[in-house]
Amino acid sequence: MGLLYGLIAVGLALIFGLMDVTNFAHGEFLMIAMYMSFFLFAFFAIDPLLSAPLVAAAMFVFGAVVYLLVVRFAMRAKANAGMVQIFTTFGLAILMRGLAQFFFTPDYRSIPQSFAGGKTVSVAGIFLPEPQLIGAAVSIAAFAGLYFFIHRTDFGRALEATREDPGAVALVGIDKNRVFAFGWGLGAALVGLAGAIMAVFFYIYPDVGASFALIAYVTVALGGFGSVFGAFAGGIIVGLVEATTALVLPPSLKSVGIYAVYLLVVFIRPRGLFGSM
Amino acid sequence: MDKTFAARRRRDLIIAAVLAGLAALAPLVIKDVYVQNILILTLMYAALSQSWNILSGYCGQISLGHALYFGIGAYTTELLFTKFGVLPWFGMLAGGVIAAVIAMGLGYPFFRLRGHYFVIATIVIAEIGLLLFQNWEWAGAAMGITIPVRGDSWLKFQFMRSKLPYFYFALALCSLAWFVTWWLEDSKWGFWWRAVKDNPEAAESLGVVVFNSKMGAAAVSAFLVALGGAFYAQFLAYIDPESVMGFQFSLLMALPAVLGGIGTLWGPVLGAAILIPMTELTRSYIGGSGRGVDLIVYGALIVAISLALPQGLVSLFSRSKAKGATR
Repeated sequence: MGLLYGLIAVGLALIFGLMDVTNFAHGEFLMIAMYMSFFLFAFFAIDPLLSAPLVAAAMFVFGAVVYLLVVRFAMRAKANAGMVQIFTTFGLAILMRGLAQFFFTPDYRSIPQSFAGGKTVSVAGIFLPEPQLIGAAVSIAAFAGLYFFIHRTDFGRALEATREDPGAVALVGIDKNRVFAFGWGLGAALVGLAGAIMAVFFYIYPDVGASFALIAYVTVALGGFGSVFGAFAGGIIVGLVEATTALVLPPSLKSVGIYAVYLLVVFIRPRGLFGSM
Repeated sequence: MDKTFAARRRRDLIIAAVLAGLAALAPLVIKDVYVQNILILTLMYAALSQSWNILSGYCGQISLGHALYFGIGAYTTELLFTKFGVLPWFGMLAGGVIAAVIAMGLGYPFFRLRGHYFVIATIVIAEIGLLLFQNWEWAGAAMGITIPVRGDSWLKFQFMRSKLPYFYFALALCSLAWFVTWWLEDSKWGFWWRAVKDNPEAAESLGVVVFNSKMGAAAVSAFLVALGGAFYAQFLAYIDPESVMGFQFSLLMALPAVLGGIGTLWGPVLGAAILIPMTELTRSYIGGSGRGVDLIVYGALIVAISLALPQGLVSLFSRSKAKGATR
């Protein structure tokens, strides 16, 4: 579970953490991705785990378009830029939820059977459900990929430079909007992967994103803004804390543990565990 | 400069008095219960947003967890009323004081945090409050509390036959929140807050006690929001954790101030006056289909206003006025 939270958080870590753009519609990105894999399954009988790359590609386009059509303008605000971003993306979230209700109805949907669904794998005597295992593997791969991408490629350097000083970057010939549109696309593609995997074992409905989005924000902040590794560590901690809390407290209170740990961490380290900002 | 400032403040006060007077006369013309209902909600959101604006607008500490104080106001009032028979008037004050004390208690560790870390901490603490109330059997858990009818009187703050008393109370609350903001704007506190918002280090070096300023703003803001919560509970005669403490509520409280003009005297009122009737009308005229068209319109509007007027609707008014309002 922790690795799945990590996978949702990694897309956010890129948008929120590395580009420093508040995105309150992240949960809705997840919701859209879950619907995509649902319909690919319902109409074309493509297994969610196989359609995941398709969903990720579609989400890449979606994320980039959202940036170019909306977020780009929100970032232009000179006065109280933070609030403009929060409420533009919040409005976007409501809009997306409304559209989902309109086109997909508020019904709960689920994908009955995946080729990996229901099967379990035994590792050293412990039985683990297969989709979760695949999710964990994808999550680790995604983190490793993103880490490499940010720290070892020109694009990663361009991204960080653009956040630091958009003016100077323009002078050396980097188009800020292209870099950020690509970043948003990548962030959305990552949450697309998460959505495709989660579609296998969660109900899909227009408000599904909200419950995961808050945990994703906490995960990113816990790990520290600006750190890919932090988001990964944050995801694992959140998963472990949730499992531990569920043992001690009633299940309905399991998130309290996560929130309490976040507060504890930032009181001791106001920049999160591995944050640089 | 000082003279124009004083003149502007006098003018603001006169405008507010005239508006409040006109609003007080409105029920003579408006007899429709549905419209009255919208007016009450508009005034309530204006009051809440005005209170939120004190901490988040003037002092610059963006809180997206004010639903916590709203819920505390609502729950304190109703628990005292239903379990111990304490009149809502006292419960309301008790709720306000408890909320202010909690705000200061939380402020102690919270105000060390900056930026996103602070905002997320406020969301998270309200969410913890929500989960605790949802699991607190004595306080009705997730089912909430239905407020029993004890008669139609100002003493018990319950009115069955007419919505007008609620209307006048909401108007009073809104006027109070506005007046407190107006008064603080020109006080030592008001100047401290703006200094803290613009540049905390510089403020500190000039002798502003940054920490105490933030604490003061948090306490006033939480107190007023809790009064709003108590009012809402009496008005609806039913509360449950999700509807008074949910994250959505924190955002809804902030929205009028942000759209109207954050950190300005008139922003919250203006934002609420436009946003709330619009929300209610879209909800009742096109929301009936259950297919989310109202959400589509509402969401699109928020995006449009945020993008078109990043400084809020007040920036539409005369340039000098907008300039004066933000300084």
